[in-house]
Amino acid sequence: MQIVLDNLDLVARAFGYTLLFFVIAGVISLLLGTALAAMRVGPVAVLRGVGTAYVLVVRNTPLLVVLLFFRYAGPRVGLTFSFVDLQVGSFRINNIFAALVVGLSLYTAAFVCEALRSGINAVPLGQAEAARAVGLPFGGVMREVILPQAIRASVPPMASVQIALLKNTTVCGAIGVVEAFARMRGFTNNDPTQRYGIFVVFAAIFVVLVFAVSFLANRLERRWRVA
Amino acid sequence: MSASVLFDAPGPRTVRRHRLYTVAVSLVVLAVIGWIGLRLYQEGQFAYEMWEVFITPRYVEAILVDGVLVVLQMAAAAVVLSVVFGLVFGIAKLAESPFVRLPATAVVEFFRAVPVLLLMILVFFSYGITRGDSGAYWSVVVALMLYNGSVLAEVFRAGIQAVPKGQSEAGLAIGLRRPQVTNMILLPQAVKIMLPAIISQCVVALKDTSLGYAVAAPGLVLLMTRIGQQFNNQLPTYIVTALIYVLLCSVLAVIATLVQRRVFGGRGGPSPFTGTDAETGLDNASRAA
Repeated sequence: MQIVLDNLDLVARAFGYTLLFFVIAGVISLLLGTALAAMRVGPVAVLRGVGTAYVLVVRNTPLLVVLLFFRYAGPRVGLTFSFVDLQVGSFRINNIFAALVVGLSLYTAAFVCEALRSGINAVPLGQAEAARAVGLPFGGVMREVILPQAIRASVPPMASVQIALLKNTTVCGAIGVVEAFARMRGFTNNDPTQRYGIFVVFAAIFVVLVFAVSFLANRLERRWRVA
Repeated sequence: MSASVLFDAPGPRTVRRHRLYTVAVSLVVLAVIGWIGLRLYQEGQFAYEMWEVFITPRYVEAILVDGVLVVLQMAAAAVVLSVVFGLVFGIAKLAESPFVRLPATAVVEFFRAVPVLLLMILVFFSYGITRGDSGAYWSVVVALMLYNGSVLAEVFRAGIQAVPKGQSEAGLAIGLRRPQVTNMILLPQAVKIMLPAIISQCVVALKDTSLGYAVAAPGLVLLMTRIGQQFNNQLPTYIVTALIYVLLCSVLAVIATLVQRRVFGGRGGPSPFTGTDAETGLDNASRAA
């Protein structure tokens, strides 16, 4: 554990990267996933097909393969993200970071879509029928009646998707950004005798982060609950 | 609720509008595919040499034997061990005595919250590092067991609790002991409800075997990465890798559907007991890991 205490600045930076991955990919995946869910429940058959195919392929591909694809295969065909080069405080947002964020977002979007769809499925049938009976078109049915209830119902599955994303950011550490996992591996490699202490510290921080996300989700669920 | 209740059967004007959307969307999709195809063609990704390795018998055999087979073995070992782990801890979480229940709950919550990769590194440096390939292999299996086992423990607990209360009360009333009630009455019914969830967890385990890459464990991704480096054809390599995984996982998903239909007698409903699905949250979204 001493090696961790001696290098607290490195640990903080590593978790900074983890959180950056989590927040950026989380927001993008929510937007993309919502669009996908809209495609999958909408009346246009082609869009439904595209959405279904996307979810089928992306959900059944390991995240590592998606990330390796954007990190190593993308640059072979000019997909380099080299236009991304920022320095935010002590964090460097470069092309590797961008490629991994894109991979994480595209992967998580498929799960966000499924979480939303399960929320839509949880809305009682009569709600949609009543909305149609009063003459609302598809957009109106969704906007005024279904989605407000579906979004509430999809908070718990959405929370587990976002928690999975938080844990999945560690996969980025396996291919090129020094975030929490890569830092933990580095420490362990430098001094294997301290492996248990190092693991306990990093694992504890992850546990705290995961509980923070699920606490927020619980608060949100209670706050949004109707009657 | 199926998607079709969300909108009326379209009238003539809507049909025309939808036809327009369909044409527009198809054009956009075709344009995107065409553009990607053109880019790949311009970069020479369709050249025969790029793909030759995947029809060379020696390499195909290596991919199937050293890649696919190893991954399947790894996943199978991890799943079997996690079912055992999950059963033990799932039942322990339901124990009367707090001295059993609380530690079991703590263990399950801990391993569910910690990323698999962290576990993998710890096991690797504790056990695997001095044992070469098989050490790395078992590091992956043990890490997957701890994580998937904890998820399954939660699944089993929810499944046992989903069995109507009258069942265990009736068991106790005829003089069975608690372990007997669990083994003879609750588990057989719970496992039936949980089978689809267990198979979904197999898909997660199968996908997570790829993480063995981080400790250089043998497996499909490591093999494919080497092929990509050797032939300088990363793009075709990762496309083939992804397709293999999609195929394997889809086969598992089909099996899950068949099992579900068989167990629930073709009614397609999630459970003969009302509300099970909503309470346990075992919809597709719970496959998120």
